[in-house]
Amino acid sequence: MATYPEDCLYTREHEWIRVEDDVGVIGITDYAQEALGDIVYVELPSVGDHFSQGEPFGNVESVKAVSELYMPVSGEIVEVNEDLAESPQLVNEDPYGDGWMVKIALSDPTELETLMSASEYEEYVREEKEK
Amino acid sequence: MMETPCHVSRDEALIFERSRPGRTAYSLPPLDVPTVPLETWIEARFLRTDPVAGMPEVSEVDVIRHFTRLSRWNYAVDVGMYPLGSCTMKYNPKMNERVARLEGFALHHPLTPEELSQGSLEVLKMLEELLCEITGMAAGCLQPAAGAHGELTGLLLIRACLEARGDPRRKVLIPDSAHGTNPASAAICGYSVQTIPSNERGLIDLDALRRAADRDLAALMLTNPNTLGLFEEEIEEITRIVHEAGGLVYMDGANMNALVGIARPGEMGVDVLHLNIHKTFSTPHGGGGPGAGPVLVTAELEPFLPVPRIVRRADGRLALEEDRPRSIGRVRAFYGNFGVLVRGLSYILTMGPEGLREVAETAVLNANYIAYHLKGTYEIAYPGPIMHEVVFSDKRQRAYGVRNVDIAKRLIDYGFHPPTMSFPLIVPGALMVEPTETECREELDLFIAAMKAIDRECRENPELVRTAPHRTRLGRLDEVAAARHPVLRWRPQASPSRAEASPEGAPSERPLSPEP
Repeated sequence: MATYPEDCLYTREHEWIRVEDDVGVIGITDYAQEALGDIVYVELPSVGDHFSQGEPFGNVESVKAVSELYMPVSGEIVEVNEDLAESPQLVNEDPYGDGWMVKIALSDPTELETLMSASEYEEYVREEKEK
Repeated sequence: MMETPCHVSRDEALIFERSRPGRTAYSLPPLDVPTVPLETWIEARFLRTDPVAGMPEVSEVDVIRHFTRLSRWNYAVDVGMYPLGSCTMKYNPKMNERVARLEGFALHHPLTPEELSQGSLEVLKMLEELLCEITGMAAGCLQPAAGAHGELTGLLLIRACLEARGDPRRKVLIPDSAHGTNPASAAICGYSVQTIPSNERGLIDLDALRRAADRDLAALMLTNPNTLGLFEEEIEEITRIVHEAGGLVYMDGANMNALVGIARPGEMGVDVLHLNIHKTFSTPHGGGGPGAGPVLVTAELEPFLPVPRIVRRADGRLALEEDRPRSIGRVRAFYGNFGVLVRGLSYILTMGPEGLREVAETAVLNANYIAYHLKGTYEIAYPGPIMHEVVFSDKRQRAYGVRNVDIAKRLIDYGFHPPTMSFPLIVPGALMVEPTETECREELDLFIAAMKAIDRECRENPELVRTAPHRTRLGRLDEVAAARHPVLRWRPQASPSRAEASPEGAPSERPLSPEP
């Protein structure tokens, strides 16, 4: 069963963000990794790149498809998960932990209000599955 | 425990692994001229000093048996139904092969002067004109070597046209059901890509299109019928919206098999499209290629077409015209994949207008026949009136722990090539079936029976499906390991010292070994 940690906020494109002191850690959800299947490559931006909310910032490639990653909030990349280059399977194994993708310095924390809570996202996923 | 010895015909090694030192497929008479050292003719720095590693030393019978055995492992349109959705794997009539092998075509050198090339030029001119007639477009270029190459050429034409209008724009709109090559082509062409969502019926969401059709809109790329096998009923409104915003409409002709002889993109407001000769017009692909992806355009875009253009001189003779100042330039050496184009023309002429119309009618009928008989068994995500292909999903079978990939692999055991999987992306667990017009009712019935049998297995013995295929020489291959750690080059199992000495001797480059 997919999991939905309470300390994260979620996008409709199945990214999560966990904010600590104006820095947000971003990854894809358990549901997303499950739907994608075995991930074989993750393409991430560089430290210092700027993105606005909703903008594509990279992509994940599984044996089925290549999918874009969308920024949950605006800001500047301060760190990327270098381990994913050699070990993309971390996204499958631990999507909310070792499989994190980027850290971003938020430029507008009020954007967080547009994201879904864990319970809202769980409901959203249930509706997606019904489709 | 002793293992049963396995004959090589059941466990084929690579030709390199068959190699035995000194074994040859020839026997030459003794040398009757003085021997000259190679260094006399070629500078020493160009000569390799290590042994020519890995070149197979084999006999004639080794070679013949090796490749004949491999050919018997193969699956092809000449063996059975190949319902690989979106690929139009129709039978390739042998008449096309015969025509392409005529000496005048097959041996014609591309640098032969124009006056000696009138026959070949006539073939190309005739094909261009027939494709224009079939699509309702004004002019075309046959040079692109594949569909994606056609997309790139088409987008370069759009860019040239918008720049000539003095209104270059930056945005290309692409529906979420599109082929992945569409956004890739747009991005390579320097455009930013915006995705247009599909509505609940699986068609372009017109409101979303209207919102996105702004002053920065360069083009909409759409496939019609789309990858769900659905015809964009609002196509005239769609092209009107794009044109009013100042953009152009690109149509991906991958699914032209549903329209050929019946509906013409030029009359729907399409400005540029590419065709896949290797899909709609029956030339070999999927390993048997190469392809051909001609681009057809409206009169406004004609001046920008790639050079050379085939033009008819005043005296009636054909020429390759290079001097076209507004052209986007060359896109391919010489004039495309000529042999493939000859086959395409052969197909069009042997089918004739009525035959081509029947192609589309039968292709649509066959897909609907399958959809009708399987809709009670497999979920159809977007059940609108379908055209030439039908997209099922594994939604019902997932309850038994079986996924689309398992169903596809199990179909191999029933003698069919698997359908396209996990595409389009908007259908989770997609199984995309395109029977094409060349399957008879008996073959379709066998396919339907196989799909129903697999559904029964999903409920009664899901493990059988999850571990398929069972009747092939190799079982399920490890696609994940192949993608994560690709071994791109075979290397002899050489002594470790040489592998270490070579800078390319990375530890990941293991010799391939088949799964047990």
